[in-house]
Amino acid sequence: MNNLDKRRFAASHGVSDEEYERVLEVLGREPSMTEIGVVSAMWSEHCSYKSSRVHLKKFPTTGPQVVQGPGENAGAVDIGGGLAAVFKMESHNHPSYIEPYQGAATGVGGILRDVFTMGARPIASLNSLRFGAIDHARTPYLFHGVVGGIAGYGNCVGVPTVGGEIYFDASYNGNILVNVFTVGVCKKDEIFLGVARGVGNPVFYVGAGTGRDGIHGATMASAQFSDQTEEKRPTVQVGDPFREKLLLEACLELMKTDVIVGIQDMGAAGLTSSSVEMADRGKLGIRIDADKIPVREENMSAYEMLLSESQERMLIVVERGKEDAIARIFDKWELEWAQIGEVIAEQRFEVYEKGELACDLPVSLLTSAAPQYDRPRKRPAYLDALKPAVIDAPDDLGQAFVELMASPNICSRASVYKQFDHMVGIGTVVRPGMGDAAVVRIPGTEQALAITVDCNSRFCYLDPREGAKLAVAECARNISCVGATPLGITDCLNFGDPTHPEVMWQFSEAVEGMSEACIAFDTPVVSGNVSLYNASFDKDIYPTPTVAMVGNFSRLLEGPGRAQGYCDASFKGEGDRVVLFGRTDTNDIGGSEYLWTRAAQLGQRPPRLDLELEKAVQRLVRDSIAQGLLLSAHDCADGGLGVTLAECCIGAEGHALGLNIEMDIDTIARADLFLFCESPSRIVVSVREADLSALVSQAEAAGVPSTVIGTVTALPRLVWPGVLDLPTGDLQHAHKHGLSRLDA
Amino acid sequence: MQRARVLIRNKPGVFDPQGKVVHSGLRRLGHESVQDVRVGKVIDLRFASGSPDELRARIERMCSEFLVNPVIEDYTIQFLDEE
Amino acid sequence: MKVAVVVFPGSNCERDCEHVLENVIGASVVRAWHRDHELPKVDCVVLPGGFSYGDYLRAGAVSKISPIMKAVSEFAFSGGPVIGICNGFQVLLECGLLPGAMLRNRSLRFVCKDTFVRCATERTPFTSGLSLGEVLKLPIAHAEGNYYVDAEELRALQDNDQIVFQYTSGDGEANDGANPNGSIFNIAGVCNRAGNVLGMMPHPERAAEDVLGNSGGAALFASIIHTL
Repeated sequence: MNNLDKRRFAASHGVSDEEYERVLEVLGREPSMTEIGVVSAMWSEHCSYKSSRVHLKKFPTTGPQVVQGPGENAGAVDIGGGLAAVFKMESHNHPSYIEPYQGAATGVGGILRDVFTMGARPIASLNSLRFGAIDHARTPYLFHGVVGGIAGYGNCVGVPTVGGEIYFDASYNGNILVNVFTVGVCKKDEIFLGVARGVGNPVFYVGAGTGRDGIHGATMASAQFSDQTEEKRPTVQVGDPFREKLLLEACLELMKTDVIVGIQDMGAAGLTSSSVEMADRGKLGIRIDADKIPVREENMSAYEMLLSESQERMLIVVERGKEDAIARIFDKWELEWAQIGEVIAEQRFEVYEKGELACDLPVSLLTSAAPQYDRPRKRPAYLDALKPAVIDAPDDLGQAFVELMASPNICSRASVYKQFDHMVGIGTVVRPGMGDAAVVRIPGTEQALAITVDCNSRFCYLDPREGAKLAVAECARNISCVGATPLGITDCLNFGDPTHPEVMWQFSEAVEGMSEACIAFDTPVVSGNVSLYNASFDKDIYPTPTVAMVGNFSRLLEGPGRAQGYCDASFKGEGDRVVLFGRTDTNDIGGSEYLWTRAAQLGQRPPRLDLELEKAVQRLVRDSIAQGLLLSAHDCADGGLGVTLAECCIGAEGHALGLNIEMDIDTIARADLFLFCESPSRIVVSVREADLSALVSQAEAAGVPSTVIGTVTALPRLVWPGVLDLPTGDLQHAHKHGLSRLDA
Repeated sequence: MQRARVLIRNKPGVFDPQGKVVHSGLRRLGHESVQDVRVGKVIDLRFASGSPDELRARIERMCSEFLVNPVIEDYTIQFLDEE
Repeated sequence: MKVAVVVFPGSNCERDCEHVLENVIGASVVRAWHRDHELPKVDCVVLPGGFSYGDYLRAGAVSKISPIMKAVSEFAFSGGPVIGICNGFQVLLECGLLPGAMLRNRSLRFVCKDTFVRCATERTPFTSGLSLGEVLKLPIAHAEGNYYVDAEELRALQDNDQIVFQYTSGDGEANDGANPNGSIFNIAGVCNRAGNVLGMMPHPERAAEDVLGNSGGAALFASIIHTL
């Protein structure tokens, strides 16, 4: 291949002319084909964060609770008892659009490895999924594939999938989002890092053999979809959850020995990125003999082996002289293993193929010297074209209510989470559908974590800064509603094409909004992931900065049922009183599901967030739960107060109750807007009649507006005299069957 | 090189949920002429040597020991052209 | 009481079973590895749930040829109590220690949810602490739990009092609406003729502690102690 061909080859793998010049300059020579492959992968958006890094620096990442901040395979926070919660969220958007089952499955596999490579046994997963419009031709195929893939992988490995979120919007017709989150737990002083230390220490490859699957996956995830995307199918990786489970057990067993110097999973850009990143963190180099890499296909070149994204593989630097442990443990678990190289003093990434040096690059070229761009930003013109919401009151409020309950973005997700093993591990205290956040007991302890994931991308489209703030606020609210205290977040920043200045503006705004909210809630960003080029045919998705939050319980979980340290969302019994904390502003209709489903409008602005009020509401609810005052707590989110009340009545187990709303309708101008606007910072709680006055005075003392909504009834009807009278069963039926059209 | 193929299907009378779903899918696509669908498994085996008779006996043993669950499954053995 | 929990590659409920046996029931637990040729000296054997060998070929099919299963079979033939839960049940079927086979769920989907099961016999060491007709709420989590036997075998199961659990409504009625996977005769669990080997799809270990909101499943494990 001549030099011009090389340049073209590099360009076809996403290395621009300018970037190629930079390679020549640093290297002082023409790179080999293999080297071009390595550079293109490491300089891809996916690996280098070249367009996002300047913005990500703004995130708050420190705090007394932070055990491990960004930059490692996952982040970690102190959860007390000498333990750390290790967690991260990852996107697998592009692979899942091309092959939904395998794309989603391998996404789960990747995030599980990111967590157990730190020494933490995964205890729970969440997912955040976004599909095109529910009536778009491709949506059912993508939906069933993704759900099946998550179930197929997670269930087999035996990590419970305990919650998540699903949205349908035409913005994702050509580019779905599959974000997966896993949290694990380990002793906080026993965290393993992805670092190569000790010149001469052997480098081991463990797990499954390397095939040609996924070659240049990282590059694929760093370009827009086009007509040619379908042809990229062969690069999709196939997951083997059984092998993953063995790898998990083998790695955790190895971690009980004292042989590991550093360990890292082979994710995007496979062996290349794992070696280079480990070398970079240790400020050393790695030399690899490609002929020793376990392969499962014949005649593979070093190029292919370095860039393959075959799944279920890890790289381990072992202390010299202690190599035997690898053979003993990985043979026991029937996994491939091989010593493929060693740590070297020179800060270089060297790969030998048949005795020849096929790749000889300075580590810094692939890491610190990788390009970084502060791409142009421009406030999008569409923002000025947004119009205020115009929506008439419905003739039949009850009918409108029932229709809203059936909306694909609001209806029950039971048909999905029933396909996920959400109970394996016997830790799931608050199950999917039961509460605002999942509550998971930590095995072998009386401690528990609360986890949740959220983003409303319509809000982010209307105002990325406010939308991102609202996402963090809702996560913290969800955590508070089960009684836990927010500790930290991870994120998936899913955005469009970064070469569009409007997209980079959205990105920058969202990062700033998230940062502000994270500071307010004292939830540093400890890990995360950026997914750009979520666009098809030049149409960018809605900005979607998905946030996942972890919280813990200041008190130990004491037992089941009510008022013992945690709360779920459903009303408990007749005569209990229902109170709303927070303020309802019927102008907060922009971006709401009600406005969209009834009027197909977005409105002009998202709901207004008052961070101080939000914090006060959350603290009040947490304190009240800790005191045992509350019987249930459920925040107002999609569909507003109305949907929240309906969900509280329906309950998770199907023992529907009713509610008698006792508010004076004369003070409310528009009942529909009151019920369905989406003002944040609102939580609906229920208490025993005897505790009502104590609760109301606590709210007053905390400076939180409270409104007595009404009384829980055994008769399963939602009644607001003169306004509404609906059987809970009608709401429940609509809610239950909202996704059934995907099965048609 | 001898190649053999074991085809495994649910026995007649044993419910085949996959077959049922595939059948209704085909009908939805307008292939109404399809009367019945059964979905099975294919296991391809390669042998260095061996006569078909000898191999058949060996494969039958593999099937009864391991490859097939006789409570619900039937199988047939085919020999493929030599490579 | 000493219990062996058998671990195959891909088992994923062994830790859950161990936790309940040790911390809820107070038994001592030893692990048996699939490649072991002998069981430790124990009073009871548990085959936990999971995806042994990834459920490849058929659920439980590869595990049945593990060396440990010979030892488990001998233990069972000598009258030792053996319980297979979910994937463990599938392994017992594949081994022929229990009659029948599993088909894919009629929905073709994995299903994870609470079910109600009725105890149809208290003659096994695992149900001796239950009363006949007692209804338990136990979760299931499987894709292949659609139990199948032919008509003749079903009659034999009935005649020999081998049906241990049936899926029912909350008030104990074994109707189709309560059948989560299409199992013949709503069967959720069966035992061998002698009654010492039980296989069941629901997970009693997932319903054995108050903190999970349901402790009804603990009775199965507690029964063994009382039987011994």
